[in-house]
Amino acid sequence: MKFGVVIFPGSNCDHDAYHVISKHVGQPVDFVWHRDTDLTSFDAIVIPGGFSYGDYLRAGALASHSPVMRSVKDFAARGGFVLGICNGFQILCEAGLLPGALVRNENLHFVCEHVHVLVETTETPFTANLTAQQILHLPIAHAEGNYVCDEATFTELTRDDRIIFRYCDESGNTNPSANPNGSHNSIAGICNRTRNVLGLMPHPERACEDLLGSSDGSPIFRSLTSTLAAQAAR
Amino acid sequence: MKAKVYVTLKPSVLDPQGSAISHVLESMGYANVKDVRQGKYFEIALDENLNGTVREDLERIAREVLANPVIEDARVEIEGDTTQGEGR
Repeated sequence: MKFGVVIFPGSNCDHDAYHVISKHVGQPVDFVWHRDTDLTSFDAIVIPGGFSYGDYLRAGALASHSPVMRSVKDFAARGGFVLGICNGFQILCEAGLLPGALVRNENLHFVCEHVHVLVETTETPFTANLTAQQILHLPIAHAEGNYVCDEATFTELTRDDRIIFRYCDESGNTNPSANPNGSHNSIAGICNRTRNVLGLMPHPERACEDLLGSSDGSPIFRSLTSTLAAQAAR
Repeated sequence: MKAKVYVTLKPSVLDPQGSAISHVLESMGYANVKDVRQGKYFEIALDENLNGTVREDLERIAREVLANPVIEDARVEIEGDTTQGEGR
């Protein structure tokens, strides 16, 4: 199974993702330039964090119209796995691959800290190796992580078990004081209808080694790997 | 020939930047200011020989690129166009 990590001008977590996939998870991985359009050799695509196109216009807005994103849409429509982290989540929302939008943090601060994140469901290829209601300790670093959507979308997300991660305190309570950015319903990550596209604001790729303060991000990449392995074996 | 596009947050979306500006104005003593909503303004230079799809093109540009319809509304004005329509 092969991973692709997309690079936009301004991406800055591309090498972290590449490092984790190649060295930590031990899978083949290649970078994909934003002008590239051929994704046929990949089983999973990571849209990494950073400040694509300098966050000009809106975070993720210009990247969502880049040539590679047209291919990512086709790739996702064919069932390929797409993981958007931080700016990658913003890009997936702007591209319409995920519903809703990420707006300026309620308190206007750029938040850069480790937070607790509740795993709401294991029914995705990205969380299959986790346990429901498990608490992860993951870093966040963003100014636009405040998830908003209309009530109809929220109802659908809830009904279809598509809210994958929510901010919580160390005991797993998703109270407003544990919400770092004002995100609706403390949403930290969601998936699409077909569950093969996931976006989240926390950075699992920065939390795969104890040396970095947490290795809780590792099972997310390992879930993806074992799901792909199971698919290949069928 | 020029078009102007105004992008504003939908009324239902919280605007923390606008609120911060509003609070500063309040602290400066501008008692008449009730609320501030921050938006974006674009000037688009157009070819002198406009063809018939210009308004359609601009409405689409506003909808698909300049504004995110999930959170924002857009209004398109074309200089000298007397048939000003409402964009979104």
